[in-house]
Order: sequence, then C-alpha cells, then structure tokens
Amino acid sequence: MNADYGTAYFGRRYLLSASHRLHADALTAEENRATYGKCNNPHGHGHNYVVEILAGGEVDPETGMVVNMAAMDETVRSRVLDRFDHTNLNLDPLFVNRVPTTENLSKAIFELLDGGFAPATLAQVRVEETENNFFECTGD
Amino acid sequence: MIFLTRRATFSASHYYWNDSWPAEKNEQVFGRCANRNGHGHNYTLEVTLAGEPDPVTGFVVDLKWLKDVMEQEVLSAWDHRHLNLEVAEFAAGKLIPTTENIAIAAWKRLEPVVTTAGGARLSRVRVYETPEIFAEYRGGL
Repeated sequence: MNADYGTAYFGRRYLLSASHRLHADALTAEENRATYGKCNNPHGHGHNYVVEILAGGEVDPETGMVVNMAAMDETVRSRVLDRFDHTNLNLDPLFVNRVPTTENLSKAIFELLDGGFAPATLAQVRVEETENNFFECTGD
Repeated sequence: MIFLTRRATFSASHYYWNDSWPAEKNEQVFGRCANRNGHGHNYTLEVTLAGEPDPVTGFVVDLKWLKDVMEQEVLSAWDHRHLNLEVAEFAAGKLIPTTENIAIAAWKRLEPVVTTAGGARLSRVRVYETPEIFAEYRGGL
C-alpha cells in the first residue's frame, strides 16, 4: 500500500505540572543565588511543563502509522507523567545528584523513554518550561 | 544556512480504514477514527525551507511566493475536502490519511516545486492534526 518513504516522525505533546528548586550542592549559598536567581528560592516554585515527544521510524504500510498513539500515550504516562506530574522534582531519585533544570529534565525524560516506542525510535524530547523557553534533547 | 517556516491551516475530514482487513480489525486498531462517516480536524501545515539569504533582497525565498505555492499545491486540493473521498493520494487502496501520511503527501506535492524554483531546498513538513498531535517528514531522512 505504501511505497518506501524512509523515516517519518510522529509527535505528541503532554502537560506536566511540577515544582523544583535550582540549587547546586557544590556551590556556596551566595554562588547559588548568583547563578540561579529567583529559581534558587528555598521553597521552590512550579511550572506547567509541556513535554513534546518525537518518535521516528518507517510508516507501517498496514496502519499508515509510525507509532500507535495509544501505546505511546501509555508509555509516556507510565514512565514519565505518573512519575513527575504534581511532584517536587528535587525529591525524585533522578535529581539527587543533578539539578532539576529543564535541560536535565529533558535528558531524564529522554533516558526514561528511550527504547519505549519500538519499532520506532525516540528522536527528540522537547520540554517547554514556559511559553518563552524550551529545551531539546536528541540523545546525542 | 537559514531555515524559514511558513504556517497555514486547512480543514478536512477523513477516516482510517484498511480495505484488506475485516471491519472488526479496523475498529480495533483505529478505534473511533474508523467511523466510516468520517470526522474532521483543523490541520496546521508548517513548511520549512533551508537556504542562504539572497545578498540583495535578504530573503531565503519570498514568503508570498511560498504562501502561494502552499495554497496551489496543497490547500486548494485539501481544504474543506474529505481526504478519503476527494483527494487522490488517499483514495481507497492508496494511503490511509493518517497524520504521518498527510505529512508525506504534502512533501510530495511541495518538493518538486521548491526544487525547480531553486534558491532553497525543502527541509521539513510538519502537519498538526490537533495542537497536541503532529507528524513530520524530512524527505525520509
């Protein structure tokens, strides 16, 4: 039914609300305040993160799909949303030794999802912290 | 290298159905999308071209030209149409009009025109079915 079109990509956006505090144990209190500003406030703060997942692969000739969306939703829910939604990111074991910047959150989400969309592969995780800033991890 | 993107919207109806499967399997795999009466979306089409700005105009390409190409090659054929019933690529026995296949079909329509015009190459086509669901095609890479 399909010719060979090579790789195509399917993308999906999810919402995730969580709190965090940017604080590096290796820095002094003054250095933390200078580096992270408001994000270093002791009691943390929160964001409505948008997590955009991009999976790449061949379009299945029988379904016309790169990945089954319901299966993708279930993988993202069980591996990422259930873990992080409405939590304090600093308390997650993944952030014991790394600051929960959105850079590190995008890497953590990539690692949690990598291999979860077979036969498609995870191509990119984008995490939008606000409408004005976002971070992308391609696993490289 | 500069990447330039133009966005446009079109509204269309479709359904998902594989003629080589029994009805039960279509309903199981495609769920509500298999309803043969069809349903519709407001699609967003994003077309990205890559090239160097012209030293005189500062344009990679004229955005008005790109708008017209998108209108002529894609929107005029797809907007306010039933993709399965009125669009050649998605006729029975051809491509199922999933978001992935719509992105590939848009690329196939646009790529020869962009390439013939010269000056920039088609880099990426992204089609949003809803704000949360999209597919992208980069020519198979």
